[in-house]
Amino acid sequence: MPAVQAVTDPWVRWDWVRDHTGVITSALAQHLRLTAVALLVGFALSLPLGVVAHRWRRAGAPILAVAGVVYTVPSLALFALLVPRFGLSTTTAEIGLVGYTLLILIRNIVTGLDGVPDDVLEAARGMGFTSRRLLWRIELPLAVPAVVAGIRIATVTTIGLVTVTALIGQGGLGQLMLDGLIRDFRTPLVVGSVLSVALAGVADLALLGVQHLVTPWARAGSRT
Amino acid sequence: MGEGGEPHVSAFLAAVPAPFSVASVVRWLTAAAHWHGRAGIPRRLVEHLTMSGAAVLTALVLALPVGLVLGHLRRGGFLAVNVSNVGRAIPSFAILVVAVQLLGIREVLGINRPAYIALVALAVPPVVTNTYVAMAGVDDELREAARGMGMTGRQVLVRVELPAAVPLVMAGVRTAAVQVVATATLAAVVGSGGLGVFITAGLAQRDFVQVTAGALLVAALSVLTDLSLGAVQRAVTPTGLSSAARSARAAALPGAGAAVEPV
Repeated sequence: MPAVQAVTDPWVRWDWVRDHTGVITSALAQHLRLTAVALLVGFALSLPLGVVAHRWRRAGAPILAVAGVVYTVPSLALFALLVPRFGLSTTTAEIGLVGYTLLILIRNIVTGLDGVPDDVLEAARGMGFTSRRLLWRIELPLAVPAVVAGIRIATVTTIGLVTVTALIGQGGLGQLMLDGLIRDFRTPLVVGSVLSVALAGVADLALLGVQHLVTPWARAGSRT
Repeated sequence: MGEGGEPHVSAFLAAVPAPFSVASVVRWLTAAAHWHGRAGIPRRLVEHLTMSGAAVLTALVLALPVGLVLGHLRRGGFLAVNVSNVGRAIPSFAILVVAVQLLGIREVLGINRPAYIALVALAVPPVVTNTYVAMAGVDDELREAARGMGMTGRQVLVRVELPAAVPLVMAGVRTAAVQVVATATLAAVVGSGGLGVFITAGLAQRDFVQVTAGALLVAALSVLTDLSLGAVQRAVTPTGLSSAARSARAAALPGAGAAVEPV
């Protein structure tokens, strides 16, 4: 019977979608919440770490190395390692998700800060900028394009990783996908997959727009 | 964050694990029973590596020629660079579950077919992008100098462009391989075997000692894959290319896809 059903099961049963709009929207909302919190916390951690890595090269190497190792660990394994301590909870999901944003964000923040031209820095120092004012008024504003590029990559990556947290009882749209997989029922699986790709696409384009807005000079005769 | 209306799956997962010691994880990892038989660690490791290796090799066969030709001609850059961005936007979990629906869970030559296809799909974009960027990025002065020395177009390609591109190409291969090994873990969910089984089965049985042990094995395999491919990358970098080698090392940080992101 299941085999027969697998053949005849349509990709999307719209009546199921109509009857489960509540489930779908709450999955979407959870997906957005998990993503947003991970990015906010990730950025709050990455900004000081990125500044430290930029100012003190010796601190930079270990910071990036640790973030790199975390990034290399497969998501399912990282979540699984956190489960014994934090349970099958939102906390477990968020810690893992934040962990993956760190390498991307820190590296782009450092790239942005490193890219500030020396003559600009010297001019500012010549005008009597203290190193703190230099950071806030000159270096960070000039690093914004690279930082936004990093946020863009981190956002798209996080939206994808949230689906994996379905395996530890969270997951947002990943819940729908896992549900469909377990029950061999295509509709939630397709709805979850399509919505997660659409969400990543929309977020990517929106942040691309932000990137354009914060780099007016790049718009004149730039490549696309 | 109690999500009342969440679908059924979370129900059987909603367990708070009982505390356990590090020693119990060590005991699990060193128990002789876990090193033998169909469900033993060696067997799962072989499954993991076979599945990952087959997928990476296939991806290389498909992606390298495309990236090399496009990069050499400096055509189709928009496509070659953006294939990675699009790839990133598609969650690997989504690729997996959709592949299962498209292909059914079936084994070919001992490899789970939907998992294999999903892993190949995942590995192609970073290889295409990095290969393109590597070839297109070869210094014009280098090409001209080679021509000035009387090299033919073919000689320039084989003796100048390819060696100069190798570090970045390898960075792409490394990114792809690490991603594949990671996602092969996830493929345990669709019955592909591999080391991920310890995690998924452990989660289902609420055996958190096994979950932790499996996660450690998977993490170790990923880090080792990354490190060993990093060593390969250094080994194949021509000695004359110190600056290229340096940028490749930067690009070789895990998640090197970001190296090709237009910053």
